[in-house]
Amino acid sequence: MQNFTKRFNRYKYPYMFIAPALLLLLTFSIIPIIIALVISFTNIDLAGLANYSNIEAVGFDNFMNVFKDPVFLKSLYNTMFYVIIGVPLVVMLAMGAALLLNYGTGWLFKTFRVVYYMPSITNIVAVAVVWGYLYNSHYGLFNHMLSWFGIPAQQWLNDPTLAKLSLILLAVWKSIGLNMIIFLAALQGIPRSYYEAAEIDGASKWKKLIYITVPLLSFATFFVTITTLIGWIQFFEEPLVMTKGGPLNSTMSMALFIYNNGFQLSNFGYAAAGSFVLFFIIIVVTILQFAVKRKDVEY
Amino acid sequence: MAAKRIEKTFMTVLLIAGGLLMMIPFIWMITSSFKPENEFTAVPPTLLPKEFTLKNYVDLFTKLDFIVYLKNTLIIVFWSFIGLFLNALAGYAFAKFEFPGSKKLFYLVLATMMIPGQVTMIPVYLLINAMGLTNTMAGIVLPGLVGAFGIFLFRQFMSTIPTDLMEASRLDGAGELRIFFRLIVPITKPVFAVQGILAFIGAWNSFLWPLIMANDQKLYTLSVGLQLLKGQHGSDFGLQMAGAAFMVVPIIIVFSFFQKHIIEGYTISGMK
Repeated sequence: MQNFTKRFNRYKYPYMFIAPALLLLLTFSIIPIIIALVISFTNIDLAGLANYSNIEAVGFDNFMNVFKDPVFLKSLYNTMFYVIIGVPLVVMLAMGAALLLNYGTGWLFKTFRVVYYMPSITNIVAVAVVWGYLYNSHYGLFNHMLSWFGIPAQQWLNDPTLAKLSLILLAVWKSIGLNMIIFLAALQGIPRSYYEAAEIDGASKWKKLIYITVPLLSFATFFVTITTLIGWIQFFEEPLVMTKGGPLNSTMSMALFIYNNGFQLSNFGYAAAGSFVLFFIIIVVTILQFAVKRKDVEY
Repeated sequence: MAAKRIEKTFMTVLLIAGGLLMMIPFIWMITSSFKPENEFTAVPPTLLPKEFTLKNYVDLFTKLDFIVYLKNTLIIVFWSFIGLFLNALAGYAFAKFEFPGSKKLFYLVLATMMIPGQVTMIPVYLLINAMGLTNTMAGIVLPGLVGAFGIFLFRQFMSTIPTDLMEASRLDGAGELRIFFRLIVPITKPVFAVQGILAFIGAWNSFLWPLIMANDQKLYTLSVGLQLLKGQHGSDFGLQMAGAAFMVVPIIIVFSFFQKHIIEGYTISGMK
């Protein structure tokens, strides 16, 4: 016992310092994942919440049913649609913006860093309000701009396919900034001597870009791709605030499906099962990414 | 040399054109927020208001409860700074102390970063409900108070502080908390700056969790209030634009002042 007190006193401070943060993480991150796993095998809903004795174990029913649910299957398709179009766009445009901003050193280039970054820190509801107005089919700016070229007005948020693309446009606009900063930090880490050596060998600008800059950005590209991919698989806030998943579930993403089942329909167990399907997909995609990366050439 | 000048001009034009495209929503929001209601149905729409008005902004506070939403948002911002200190304390312990289980506990912290929000959303709601904290400020603030990424960044930066500095203060008889606040915090100001701005932006923009937790308008944050405004005054674009501008402009001002630190912050985190 004395030994224990002695040990405790010795390590008292570090334990005291980590205790608040660790307790909060335990309560709101670690324990919830266990709860989620348990309830995904039950039929917990509002009745179950009111009285725990109403909760029944249902085995794998939730997982079976979720794959028979046409809304879920649609959300799976839509999420793939978002990821396949959105992620490459974000990575390319963020890298392009970083190269452009890294080109000059004047005040103009410094100022425009802020301009390109601004959408990333803008509140999603404010974004939805402003873009909703831009996309408005009667009074919106976008339809007005189309009319300059004689293109008829579009139903930006009401046409099933166009609505998905409209959300992608908004989300790409919002996610360029943060990723651009990561590329900028990486660009500034490339030693100037590499370019000088290439210049002595008479390499053109284009060749320097293709053979020095892009390969040396490979780690940043990997990082941006994987975080963007994980983020877009969880595509959520844009459809929530812009379209609520409509029209006819055509913008419903998996994450929004989970949210709707959990908080609109109070099917907590069913939603938890859906969230594990999403988690599983994220894990598989991440592992695949790392496997592909390993085959890459190291510089 | 001529080729170089043409290239530079081309890049500058590209930079400005891209920037303007990124800015369209902001410009449109600001100018529209000063338009009177009848100008919103005008065809063709004009960029600048024909008749300048502040009515939309006044309405936010007189017709709507934006002052309450602002107060709640500032409370959340305040708590996010408390959370920042808890992150820093934990990061400090992981960086500068050796204690049984330190490695394992740190990996546990890192592991929480991989759990997607959608998985924890529902169980956290059930937990808060079981604690009887739904529809309270505590229920809104507690789940996001600390974060693994913040702890990680503090640990990374604090590992570079020489241990001798702390030993010297200990010999002088300073207590551990005193060492943290008087020695460690001043040395790590750059990380606090970055984390502070990020915490401010995150708290100011916090939307989903307050939306789930708050049933009562008295607890609404600015973004939840704006969402309500979007639903209730769907055709009053002037009011909507003013509400959006009221949310966005403070963030842009704060960011413009501190942007250098944020960009440095990503370099600190070793992102190369």
